[in-house]
Amino acid sequence: MSSETKQILTTDGIPLEVSLKKAEKKNKIKAFLLVAPLLLFLFITYVFPIGEMFTRSVDDKMITNMLPKTFKAMEKWDGKELPPEDVFTGFYLDYKVLIENQTQGKLGQRLNKEKNGFNSITKKLMRQIKRNKIDESQSIKEQIMKVHKRWRDVEYWQAIKRTAPPYTMAKYLKGMDMYFAADGSIAQVDEDRRIHRILWLRTLEIALFVTVFCFLMGYPIAHLLATLPMKYSNLLMICVLLPFWTSLLVRTASWMILLQQQGVVNDFFVMIGLVGDDNRPEMMYNKVGTYVAMTQILLPFMVLPLYSVMKTISPSLMRAGKSLGGTPFVAFWKVYFPLTIPGIGAGCLLVFILAIGYYITPALVGGASGTLISNQIAYHMKTTLDWSFASAMGLMLLSGVLVIYWIYNKLVGVDNIKLG
Amino acid sequence: MALPSYTETRYRVWHYIYIAICTFVFFFLIAPLFVIFPLSFNAEEFLVFSDGMKRLDPDAFSFRWYHEMIYGTKNPWGLAAKNSFIIAIFATIGSIILGTLAALGLSSRHMPYKGLIMAILISPMIVPLIISGVAIFFFMAKAGLAATHTGIVLAHIILGTPFVVITVTATLSGFDHSVTRAASSLGSNPVNTFMKITLPLILPGVISGGLFAFVTSFDEVVVVLFLAGLENTTIPIQMWTGLREQLSPTILAVATCLIILSTLILISAELLRRRSERLRGINR
Repeated sequence: MSSETKQILTTDGIPLEVSLKKAEKKNKIKAFLLVAPLLLFLFITYVFPIGEMFTRSVDDKMITNMLPKTFKAMEKWDGKELPPEDVFTGFYLDYKVLIENQTQGKLGQRLNKEKNGFNSITKKLMRQIKRNKIDESQSIKEQIMKVHKRWRDVEYWQAIKRTAPPYTMAKYLKGMDMYFAADGSIAQVDEDRRIHRILWLRTLEIALFVTVFCFLMGYPIAHLLATLPMKYSNLLMICVLLPFWTSLLVRTASWMILLQQQGVVNDFFVMIGLVGDDNRPEMMYNKVGTYVAMTQILLPFMVLPLYSVMKTISPSLMRAGKSLGGTPFVAFWKVYFPLTIPGIGAGCLLVFILAIGYYITPALVGGASGTLISNQIAYHMKTTLDWSFASAMGLMLLSGVLVIYWIYNKLVGVDNIKLG
Repeated sequence: MALPSYTETRYRVWHYIYIAICTFVFFFLIAPLFVIFPLSFNAEEFLVFSDGMKRLDPDAFSFRWYHEMIYGTKNPWGLAAKNSFIIAIFATIGSIILGTLAALGLSSRHMPYKGLIMAILISPMIVPLIISGVAIFFFMAKAGLAATHTGIVLAHIILGTPFVVITVTATLSGFDHSVTRAASSLGSNPVNTFMKITLPLILPGVISGGLFAFVTSFDEVVVVLFLAGLENTTIPIQMWTGLREQLSPTILAVATCLIILSTLILISAELLRRRSERLRGINR
């Protein structure tokens, strides 16, 4: 018998398999339609703008659009010796257009970033053009070279050529204290000017230490909460949940009060005779303040995942371990601790992810030595208005966080995140 | 945590050390909040305990800063509180609607690419706020929504939905789907089934997600700092400016009110959680 005769049919004569597939597809579409509004909303307002940060961070079209004829002529120039006549002519024509549009200043500034000294020589050239000193019937190369000796320096023309591509990774290099040298290779910024690397390392260091502190403080209390009888643990749980629900700024404010020089903590130290009244230590506006405040603020994010894992561990396992001859320490280390590792992973990754992007608390209690990479991003967004650099640094931070998020997803699964 | 009588001395000692550590950590967690209460009643202008306060002199305490907070001339707190509440309420409603729908879809076993979509929906919670702030600012500036209430509400919906998605999917994980099938077989249309059967059962999850969304919006400062103009100032922005510029005890009065608010939210969240566990038949 062939298999076809065996096929089960529904009442309308369609094979059951086909009918089922149809129904499944319908259910799939139905489920997807429920998710679609949020997904669409997030894509438009959130995911695409993050993508836009990338285009913004590598965008270098401004200068490409300013000097179209120059770059066209430069295509044939090998970049070793002074460029030929047509490059000079192209540059002259482009620059004349910019002067007519009054945007020549932007070009000078942009080129000056590429190589110091451009600002003055472009201004000098502008004055010559405005006074109609350049005779278009004669060699423009000769006339431009006479304007300033730097126009005879091939390095300046090389710098212009480097700005030709509409995209640049310069902002990313700057974020790591590197830059494109004159010959196009990647060079390091002078040692005393490497501010960004210090910030990255400090961010990493603070995030790591805060995670460690949170773990060391969170593990014992999560254990206590999980083993105490319900009526006590519910009461103590408030100590964890109240800070969790309280405004971040309120908690930061309370640390600012506690840690100031005339504050409660210093008063206490003086009272117990740890420090003299006249040399109270500075605990705020430095790393100490950042560590203390961030640990307290992020501690609930460590305790809650640990607690939810520990709650599921049966107390009889420890009893079994002890009855088999283990001392309490051995029983804890060999039985209890390994079972809590998923909670440790979840808590540590969560705290680390949150700590690495922290902004408000370091900005308020961190002072100069406690600021993190986020503060630098905010600084460039608001003060220097170098949005492409802020975007580049943001994306560098984001890629780090996404790697951790991916690990977290593999280890814990995002749908296993528990709240409260 | 009483120890059995046969415990050896060294474990006894270790046990007391452990209790001491736990006490210290609980103190570390909760004590900073309580320093705010007494100082907000300070009669003087400084943020330290005056000698009078240490002696519990009644003259050293006053309601001066609460008065200042409510009736002070040119004070921004009234406008900030109004804005904060309006923004938080609309952001919560938006988050609840979008988040609950998405959670319903995600909990269906037919949902394709569940893991990937979940990861995208949760991402605003994971991505550092400063990056979210920059990205959302770029979008709102382009859409002409910067420095508007609408823009801030939309931004807070982005940040609030992950919480609703998480809490509602958690509630739905214990959901008995046979009740909705029973309703359908009795002739109910899907909308009716949702309103009469599903929603009442998942309501605790929805509300506690909503509470998270509300608190997130109410407490959010990083993104708002990018988006808000003078008209859209909120309580967190005012606190941020106050903490950066001049620490006045008025901030402590506001902070005390916020702590009371968060206590109320904590209590409602706890009651909801217990109700939800009871409804889902989880008994401990």
